[in-house]
Amino acid sequence: MPEVQNADGRAVAPSADAHDAPPVETISLSVNGQRRRYDGDPTMPLLWFLRDELSLTGTKYGCGISQCGACTVHVNGAPARACQRRMETLNGATVTTIEGLHPTGEHPLQVAWRDLDVPQCGFCQSGQIMQAAGLLARNTTPGDTDIDAAMNGHICRCGTYPRIRAAIKAAAEQLR
Amino acid sequence: MSTPTRLPWLSSSQPAATTTPMADHPTAETETSAPRTHRREVLKLLGTGGLLIAASALGVRRLAAQDTAFDTLIEPWAPHVFVRLGDDGIVTIFCHRSEMGQGIRTTMPMIIADEMEADWAMCRVEQALGDEPKYGSQNTDGSTSIRDFLTKYREAGATVRALLEDAAAKEWGVAAAEVQARNGEVMHTASGRSKRFGALVATARTMPMPATSRVRIKSPGERRWEGKAMRSIDLVPMTTGTAKYGADMTLPGMKVAVISRPPVWGGTVVRVDDSLALKVPGVERVIRIPESPLPGAFLPLGGVAVVATNTWAAIKGRDALKITWSGGPNAAYDSAAYKASLYAAVRTPGKAGRTTGDVPKALASATKRVTAEYYMPHLAHAQMEPVAALAHVANGKAELWAPTQSPMDARKTVAEYLKLDVANVTVHVTLLGGGFGRKSKPDFVCEAAFLSREVGAPVRVQWTREDDLRNSYLHAVAGHRLEAGLDANGTVTSWLHRSAYPAIGATFAPNVTGAEPDELTNGASDIPFDIPNMRIEVCPAVAHTRIGWFRSVNAIHHGFAIGSFVDELAHAAGKDSGDFLLSLIGRDRVVDLSKAGLVAPASNYGATWTDHPLDTARARRVVELAMAKSGWRGASLPRGKGRGIAFHRSFLSYVAMVVEVEVLPDGTVLVPRTTVAVDAGFIANPDRAKAQMEGALIMAMSNVLTSQMTFAEGKALQSNFRDYGVTRMRAAPHVVDVHLVPSEGLPGGIGEPGVPPAGGAIANAIFAATGVRVRELPVGQQLAGWQKR
Repeated sequence: MPEVQNADGRAVAPSADAHDAPPVETISLSVNGQRRRYDGDPTMPLLWFLRDELSLTGTKYGCGISQCGACTVHVNGAPARACQRRMETLNGATVTTIEGLHPTGEHPLQVAWRDLDVPQCGFCQSGQIMQAAGLLARNTTPGDTDIDAAMNGHICRCGTYPRIRAAIKAAAEQLR
Repeated sequence: MSTPTRLPWLSSSQPAATTTPMADHPTAETETSAPRTHRREVLKLLGTGGLLIAASALGVRRLAAQDTAFDTLIEPWAPHVFVRLGDDGIVTIFCHRSEMGQGIRTTMPMIIADEMEADWAMCRVEQALGDEPKYGSQNTDGSTSIRDFLTKYREAGATVRALLEDAAAKEWGVAAAEVQARNGEVMHTASGRSKRFGALVATARTMPMPATSRVRIKSPGERRWEGKAMRSIDLVPMTTGTAKYGADMTLPGMKVAVISRPPVWGGTVVRVDDSLALKVPGVERVIRIPESPLPGAFLPLGGVAVVATNTWAAIKGRDALKITWSGGPNAAYDSAAYKASLYAAVRTPGKAGRTTGDVPKALASATKRVTAEYYMPHLAHAQMEPVAALAHVANGKAELWAPTQSPMDARKTVAEYLKLDVANVTVHVTLLGGGFGRKSKPDFVCEAAFLSREVGAPVRVQWTREDDLRNSYLHAVAGHRLEAGLDANGTVTSWLHRSAYPAIGATFAPNVTGAEPDELTNGASDIPFDIPNMRIEVCPAVAHTRIGWFRSVNAIHHGFAIGSFVDELAHAAGKDSGDFLLSLIGRDRVVDLSKAGLVAPASNYGATWTDHPLDTARARRVVELAMAKSGWRGASLPRGKGRGIAFHRSFLSYVAMVVEVEVLPDGTVLVPRTTVAVDAGFIANPDRAKAQMEGALIMAMSNVLTSQMTFAEGKALQSNFRDYGVTRMRAAPHVVDVHLVPSEGLPGGIGEPGVPPAGGAIANAIFAATGVRVRELPVGQQLAGWQKR
């Protein structure tokens, strides 16, 4: 029996079109210290603005629904899932991506990640590092419980979790 | 239609320019954004034998047509297919295997550089294009990169070393035996002279290649990096966001496509209403991709593509499509009914893959008979990077960038799909954001190529996570039935094992009604147990979705079922599970299983039984090692905690694991500690081997505890990480204690052999902790309230 559905198996809502989106206003935000302007679809998630418009591809798409953490960046200093932050909510915001975490890529977490050879495929690691940076910004003595709580929203299919835990502790020691 | 050039069931194999500097600096050296003319001038200055770091990190800039001329102008000296040496001393090593986390982009170059006596700081790695006639197999699966190529890599390095020594000897007029290469230069100790490799290029390139007799592989004591430690070469890009994966590839004028594919395998588009999709700002085209006839192999499923100026517009446009689908022949696929059919199948004799002795007679005379049935659902790879590929098809040529495990399969399949000459198809391999077998199949590369041709512009196809789970090549769902007979001493005298699972072959050929008996050599019929009467059979199971390779392949469910059953037998015999496992492995013996009951062709992971016989002493030793290092015989753990042990030989390696679990009152399973003992023959890169064991354990945790793909009315019911559960930080081990058995033996696999024993060991640990025997996976909520049972 034929049926009607969209690719995600949901019923197609009659109002799911975008041609009646609100009038476009220019959004101005800071990304890695640079002023950026955006006047496209205001519902576009920050993730695709970073990747497609700014070519900041260190921020990864993994799920699109805030379940994997691969797109984690800092918005106004706190870790946020870029796939969930619409551009219309970011006027005046300050965004930091993995590319802007440290000017020479030597944040203690980045150094610890390399010292412990944490990454396997590496794809999720930008998000992991950005989340861990948020943790260390408020807690320089994280225990296993703190790390598990902070990092549980991130998925690594290669299974680098034990080394991530160790690298966060090593970086914390450097920061103390 | 493209068919795989390998055993249909097991990805065994026969034997984009990425240039990455070894030093820990950001990738400035690898990025060349200079315009073409400038680069030509630079090359003139350097001379034809000079430095070639022409491409950007993943060769994207080579796509531009004008760069083709640039490539042909230079003649870098490549004394070996894997090695280029410039007169500035830069050593470029071509990695022909795909990097997906196993570390081959470090391990392969370090073997060559070690044998070559290169200065590591002068080495660069460039990812080879898909070109198997040139490089040999590039099919990165079956845990074959080192086990099939270690000798070739060593010979490559040693050959170049000998050639440079010959060149220095000629320049100095001394005998070659008097000079020695050392860390990037050749020295003549007697006269105190030395010359850097780069300064020897001009002479070396005029000389004949050294005779085979002159090529000497280093002795173990001479090795500098092989078998020791080497930091991975891609760590800086991977920790700074500059590493480039398939989804990161761009070209000027590129469009992004997101595709709606048939929700049922073999379904077709009946009607499309794209009026709303076309109104989404940024959406430019809606294009029908023809459905490929079943079974489809590596070809696209077909469907409706939305082509847009950016990814978000393409996703929004795809969501706004209204499509009427026909279900096709698999529209009744239902996982609950299918599970029942698998159990029914294994309760009836199947086709034998191995027979020894007389099982019915031995079972009839057994003192005790134990029977158990197991079930494992479909699994999705769910690699963190959903597949994506960039294509530029123009003027009868196709150039592709893809995170592919098999660039030659991608090349051939695209050529056939677009009816192009293979010579006109170029495949650049990007980094893979996880592979696990999904990226062995180039269907997504074909989609990009098709759309680029249709649009007349470069197109990148992006799969969403929903696409990735719903339209994958899933790991086979499997049912198992094991029966054993024990004598009065608790010794196993007979073993009857039947399994049923849809075959990977069904993805490539019509009318396949089940797996072939030879598929049992992937961890069921090749078991090391010393049992006089054995019969291992495979039973019918028809595929209703695309089945494909998944890390460890059939050894995943074989390992879970066998590992669990051995533990069940130990309890039935009233013996310690570790001791019982050792007694099953029995006396030390070296067995050619092709002469011990295996049916032809008696596959051995692509190797010969002469090179890699079943050596039960190796099995025994890793079990003993895991027991000793884990404190197996130490104090027993309190209720709620438990240890489980299992052993499996797969991909020619021997792995034993002792897993310790903690089961919380709500049934959540944590794995605080695991001990792994591995005999994989010679291990080139011990830290990466350890990392693979850590990862294999954690992937097995997902397989056993949380993951499943199920179907109703032919359609996958899971669509994202919300309902496809995988292991996360909280459950992950705090200690993974990996012990590698030192060996100079022929290498076995590393990427896959850790998964099969982990499945059984986790299930056995759960039983030890709770008294609950889980025989149907995933564990899921089955342990909720276990304390009250």
